[in-house]
Amino acid sequence: MLTVTDLSIRFERYDRGLTRTVLTPVHHLDLDIGPGEIVAVIGASGSGKSLLAHAVLGILPDNCRVDGEIRFKGDPLTPARQKALRGREMVLVPQSVGFLNPLKNVGAQVRRAAILGGAAGRDAPGITDAAFARYGLAPAVQALFPFQVSGGMARRVLTATATVGRADLIVADEPTTGLDQEAAQQSMAFLRSLADEGRSVMVISHDLSAVVPVADRVAVFLSGTTVEGAPAGSFNGQPEALRHPYSRDMWRALPGHGFDPGPDRAAGPTWSEGEADGCPYVRRCARADAACADTFPPKRHFGRDFVRCRHA
Amino acid sequence: MLEARGVGHRHGRNGPWVVREVDLTVAPGEVVGLFGPSGAGKTTLGNILGGYLAPEAGAVFVDGAPLPRRGYLPVQCIHQHPELAVNPRWPLSRTLREAWSPPEALLGALGILPGWLGRYPHELSGGELQRLVVARALGPKTRYLVADEMTVMLDALTQARLWRTVMDHCRERGVGMLVISHDVALLSRVCSRTISL
Amino acid sequence: MRAARTVFPGSPGLAGLRLAEALGLGSRRGRWLWAMGICLAVFAAVPVLAWLLGDAGLEPDLLARNQPPSLGHLFGTDSLGRDMLSRTVHGLVLSLRVGLLAAAASSVLALVLGVASASLGRAADGVVSWLVDIFMTVPHMVLLILISFAVGGGARGVVIAVALTHWPALTRVIRAEVLQLRGALYVQTARRFGQGPLAVAATHMLPHLLPQFLIGLILLFPHAILHEAALSFLGVGLSPHTPAVGILLAESMRHLSTGYWWLGILPGAALLALVKCFDILGYNLDRLLDPKTSQE
Repeated sequence: MLTVTDLSIRFERYDRGLTRTVLTPVHHLDLDIGPGEIVAVIGASGSGKSLLAHAVLGILPDNCRVDGEIRFKGDPLTPARQKALRGREMVLVPQSVGFLNPLKNVGAQVRRAAILGGAAGRDAPGITDAAFARYGLAPAVQALFPFQVSGGMARRVLTATATVGRADLIVADEPTTGLDQEAAQQSMAFLRSLADEGRSVMVISHDLSAVVPVADRVAVFLSGTTVEGAPAGSFNGQPEALRHPYSRDMWRALPGHGFDPGPDRAAGPTWSEGEADGCPYVRRCARADAACADTFPPKRHFGRDFVRCRHA
Repeated sequence: MLEARGVGHRHGRNGPWVVREVDLTVAPGEVVGLFGPSGAGKTTLGNILGGYLAPEAGAVFVDGAPLPRRGYLPVQCIHQHPELAVNPRWPLSRTLREAWSPPEALLGALGILPGWLGRYPHELSGGELQRLVVARALGPKTRYLVADEMTVMLDALTQARLWRTVMDHCRERGVGMLVISHDVALLSRVCSRTISL
Repeated sequence: MRAARTVFPGSPGLAGLRLAEALGLGSRRGRWLWAMGICLAVFAAVPVLAWLLGDAGLEPDLLARNQPPSLGHLFGTDSLGRDMLSRTVHGLVLSLRVGLLAAAASSVLALVLGVASASLGRAADGVVSWLVDIFMTVPHMVLLILISFAVGGGARGVVIAVALTHWPALTRVIRAEVLQLRGALYVQTARRFGQGPLAVAATHMLPHLLPQFLIGLILLFPHAILHEAALSFLGVGLSPHTPAVGILLAESMRHLSTGYWWLGILPGAALLALVKCFDILGYNLDRLLDPKTSQE
């Protein structure tokens, strides 16, 4: 359904005066999502995961340059095609109600999404009612404005907005943040039901324990690149089921597992600092050697799984 | 001893009580968890204890005296969103110095790199900012720490590392902590007892 | 995030492109600075030009009446033979002076009222909001004319009227900004580290307020200038012999049908250009000072 190959995103930014800096928040990124699958992109907050979603939908700011290839249903996603498909065949479930129009009630916004998604104008109210019922929202909620809905309700409204259409690709940005455990599980269950209808879902999250039980596959995101692609089940067993040292350290750090902050090697940055540098995990990795610091680790495949580590 | 005695809060004269009749104590060096579903008033209670909100009913006492209204507050709060807790137009070194001058060793233990201090908040990630916010709150005059979903925005590794350092620091100095979280696994890791709202 | 601290290389090829690069035109921020510099140069040029032209062109010259634009009289002459370029430039100087006075007075008023409204409690807020509402509901021109007459008319009346009517919008902006700052977590946290209220206001709140204030001030100029012109156009206040753009435009109305197009169009275009310069200056300053757009 969606295949991302060797994606990089660069943008230039001003420092003091007229000096410009080129940042590469995303590079060497590979991802592949099949129909009916939930793929979770897991990584530290602020590490550029949202940029990946924005690149797929073509909503990056103007000063960005995107390289690499994104294919949707087999054909490359050009800016024109992104514009045509956005909101119709691929939709974003944003992080918060801050993304909704504050001046329109939520019912009107879901109806508009339905029409954008291809429904006829007169069918839209019916589809909207059905979507509200499906996510356990009372019909009266349709008349509320975004600032009036609570966190859990907002999550359902956002999901409804993104799913009234016939979109085949759903991108959910941090669908569990700010929700308590029950609401978070419900939010993930909504996405599961959408995947079970044959749609593809990309979930972007830093919250391993909330996302992994529902996802099919996990892509581990570190410093702008995917260092490992593995079945979600690998996170349920022993850390040895995972291939990349970062994935294993992350697994061991979960409160429900070891709560182990890992070897305190330099407590180094989670962001590496130069294009030509080696492995992004080199400063924190217990197995790093000189070669890891010099060359970017090649991608090694194991069936559908892959890892970017010289030692795995 | 940090104490809440019969604390209650509601919005407006006739609004429903968000928090009602809460009694709670945190002893120096003790780590107490506060658990509850969203909307139970965890954050409201945390803000009352940290002096951000005056309670409608009851009062908060530190070592027997009411919360001071001026000067350095012995109860410090750390919130979920570090980017709201720092001035976006200040370099981070200035933000840090506003409270105290943390020693190099503490900055190192929190994984704060010297280079971050010259930068502005929007140039750092949420995890990096939160470490600075934590360092800022750990001054010698801090007797109690209220951590409201302190690591909910962070990945597992950063979360574990941050808690390790904060727990060590607080144990060493006898700082009492109230840990507000919806994460049962986390609470059972760090707290000696847990209260449900 | 990977950061390479490099300046973008200059575009290869054409010398013109190289020159543009050297001047900083190749970068967004460079273009903003250039636009602002040009605007400032225009403002400086107006009084300098008035001084160079002197007052000679303002005297009637009955031998050179109603001449179309030529090298001798770039903007042509009017029915009394006065040089329209001199009259326009002197009019623009007056516009700038009125604009400066009125915008300064209005923005100081807005700053005081806005800060008071947001920090002195409910009663002060009520009074200021009520005043703002009153001033905003009365049609602007009516208010201008009323105040202008009430304070005794003349040039003084125009300045006072323009100064007293342009504060409400900026007051609202500043009030909202202060309210938001007072509620900001980092401001409240600063108090908990033992910072006094005055220290917090000076170190945390002022740096946020100043850019808003500065931009508000600059964007008041075009309003003030256009309203001065409008008042003069309607004949309120200034004597018909004063070279004010509004008066020039009013006079030109009588000659429009006779084909003396330069009497209205050229001073009008000059006024428009001046106003647009303020607009561009304010817009670019806003983009430069806002950290969100500044780094793009």
